[in-house]
Amino acid sequence: MNEQNRTTVERKGTRELLVTRLFDAPPSMVYQAWSQPELFQRWWMPRSASGISLLSCDMDVRTGGKYRLEFGTGGSDSMAFYGKYLEVVPNERIVWTNDEGEEGAITTVTFEDQGGKTLLRFHEIYPSAAALEEALQGSAATLPEQLAQLDQLLAGIGD
Amino acid sequence: MVQCLTPPLDLSFAALADATRRGIVERLGRGDASITSLADQFQMTLTGMKKHVQVLERAGLVVTRKIGRVRKCALGKCDLSAEAEWIESCRKLFEARFDALDAIIDEMKQERRDE
Repeated sequence: MNEQNRTTVERKGTRELLVTRLFDAPPSMVYQAWSQPELFQRWWMPRSASGISLLSCDMDVRTGGKYRLEFGTGGSDSMAFYGKYLEVVPNERIVWTNDEGEEGAITTVTFEDQGGKTLLRFHEIYPSAAALEEALQGSAATLPEQLAQLDQLLAGIGD
Repeated sequence: MVQCLTPPLDLSFAALADATRRGIVERLGRGDASITSLADQFQMTLTGMKKHVQVLERAGLVVTRKIGRVRKCALGKCDLSAEAEWIESCRKLFEARFDALDAIIDEMKQERRDE
């Protein structure tokens, strides 16, 4: 894999998380894949990677609009993630709330043009250090099983 | 005798939010070093280095002891496995996502070419 396209994850201070990745396409295209539900649902939760599938995906990507994603884990259980878009600037940035928990993060994704490529920044800021800690522990608890499958996927994709 | 009280992840994450401090931890992973030599290697004042080391010490990532006139630093007993593991699992999930997004972008490019 191209080193340039590597996904980096950094924890900034005690309340923030930053994920970055470079895409070989202009911001308008990456933005489109992010803001159109029929495209978004094809990549956000790669099924073979997580063992979780996206059951439904409603996204009204405009300032003040709402979204709701429902995930299934294979059995009868499903979980919903929802919130609203605080700010939407097409091809530049999307800011949304995560309202399923009491202390949800504010997520900002930005698409920056870098000579025809796009530097994507996915930034989460939690209301408190404890809230981030809890989110980390929650995801850490469910991840090992997903990761085993993820490894398989990555091995399958090859170089 | 320094005891490792396993400080909360918070402290160690905050300590590691700084690139210099990550560098210090990495350097100490290859062997103990005095504050003076760390200050030299990272091209900063002794006072500046002492502050960084103190932050790492409070987080349990580094221990120091005085030998004669020299303060030696070593990695603490609290390892970083919990943090590193979490960050890595988060990175893998996003990487899988973004690889899938790459594939969709390729399709979109193809469609535009075909039009």
